[in-house]
Amino acid sequence: MNALKVVLGRELSSYFATPVAYIFLVIFLMLSGVFTFYIGQFFERGQADLVAFFNFVPWLYLVLIPAVTMRLWSEERRSGTIELLMTLPLATWQVVLGKFLAAWLFVGLALVLTFPLWITVNYLGSPDNGVILGAYIGAWLMSGGFLAVGSCLSALSKNQIVAFILTLVVSFVLVVTGFPIVQDAFSGWAPLWLIDAVANLSFLTHFTAISRGVIDVRDLVYFAAMIGIWLYATSLVVDLKKAD
Amino acid sequence: MITVDKLTKQFGDFFAVNGLTFTVEPGEILGFLGPNGAGKSTTMKMLTGFLQPSSGSVSVMGFDVLKTPVEAKRLIGYLPEGAPAYADMTVLDSLRFVGKVRGFSGSDLNTRIQETVDKVALNSVLNKRVETLSKGFQRRLGLAQAILHDPQVLILDEPTDGLDPNQKHQVRELIQNLSKDKIVIVSTHILEEVSAVCTRAMILSDGAIKFDGTPEDLAAKSVYHNSIHVHVAERHSELKAKLIQLPRVSKVNELSEGALQVLSENKDSILSDVNAVLHSGSYQIDELHVEQGKLDDVFRTMTSKEVNS
Repeated sequence: MNALKVVLGRELSSYFATPVAYIFLVIFLMLSGVFTFYIGQFFERGQADLVAFFNFVPWLYLVLIPAVTMRLWSEERRSGTIELLMTLPLATWQVVLGKFLAAWLFVGLALVLTFPLWITVNYLGSPDNGVILGAYIGAWLMSGGFLAVGSCLSALSKNQIVAFILTLVVSFVLVVTGFPIVQDAFSGWAPLWLIDAVANLSFLTHFTAISRGVIDVRDLVYFAAMIGIWLYATSLVVDLKKAD
Repeated sequence: MITVDKLTKQFGDFFAVNGLTFTVEPGEILGFLGPNGAGKSTTMKMLTGFLQPSSGSVSVMGFDVLKTPVEAKRLIGYLPEGAPAYADMTVLDSLRFVGKVRGFSGSDLNTRIQETVDKVALNSVLNKRVETLSKGFQRRLGLAQAILHDPQVLILDEPTDGLDPNQKHQVRELIQNLSKDKIVIVSTHILEEVSAVCTRAMILSDGAIKFDGTPEDLAAKSVYHNSIHVHVAERHSELKAKLIQLPRVSKVNELSEGALQVLSENKDSILSDVNAVLHSGSYQIDELHVEQGKLDDVFRTMTSKEVNS
């Protein structure tokens, strides 16, 4: 447990050791503002909720989460520090989990920093704050899914750019499988269970309900499983690739 | 004790390490020698649990590196090739990180860091970021990370690479001053380093052991072992002719004007024989010494065949 905390602490402080973290936070907050107020038409909708914001969160993640995870493992492999790290008395899962949790906390911080949106909507009307809190928790959970995917794909390559693009592509697939256009492509011929399976694979399908404030156990299980499976895959990839 | 049994690492068809079997006892300082690509680093990576062997086993003080990696890694201090360290951290933070992972905290951690920093002379750069350090300081930081927990087993992959002669001397002293019940494995391709610090030398080539013994044994393998170097002021041709007649002398080389190198037939001492000749002829001797043998030559004869083929 202690070792896990040490790995987490080092990883988290390394985000802030370079300007990358600050740039990320600024871009994340700027884009969330743009999406909510311009594209999401927050004012024109005339409703006291943050649906305008949460609708766009998956798309924000799609572009920004790969930027958080791309250096997670590929930088360790490129610079050789992975040899230092993996010959310390640490189990692979401790390192995998420590790194993941650091990234997850960092994205959590980015979400917390969107609080001006919450203040705005509370100033203008009286929203259901329970729904908003649920949506925030859902958004954070979903970020865990994206991050776990990114962690695994970052371990695959020594090149951060390759890691970024791989994560972007795989995340994109995991988002759009929930889209009507993808669903339609299956609906003519595929059996119902397959259509359901494809739809259920999507981050979007499981996030939509949560973003409306409906917390369903199945959605929580989905995100937990997504994180668990991709992190397990990460540890396999790390053990396989670390010495390459 | 470290026990290595039939350790093998295969990359495709290529055997980087091929069936190594040896043991290292506490108190031994083992030097790994070998040309580049001989399998030194690969072997060290497997000893430290970083690289999975294709077959064979390694146990460190009774802990199998494959089955109980965390326990084995606790006993090992390791300096990987190139001394990697986190570029965006300061020297102090790097050491604090390694110390905390190894379970130290509070004042215990601080004293340990201070002691280690003193040993490798890192005081002046404690608050500098690793990426701004010179190669010598980076190497010393790597060493500090390896010895911070006063490990039972120390594995150093080219610890003196990139250091200046003073720093090299410092690192060698550091290795020799470790307490006598420790195991140290050092890889190097500087041959003098082996005779300077190691109690045992092992030459690897093509992933296999070509020699295993003391540095003195290694020197004894040289054709120049127990050869005599004599420099006379005059009558050197005459002396050369006399020396070649000696029964136990195989060859006499004239290195330069008046400098003769007398090779021993069976590598036993021929000093008394040569001395008798010098005395009886009343030569004026400028210089006379017995050679221990050149490690370079032994190294080349043991490893060059493989390199050329």
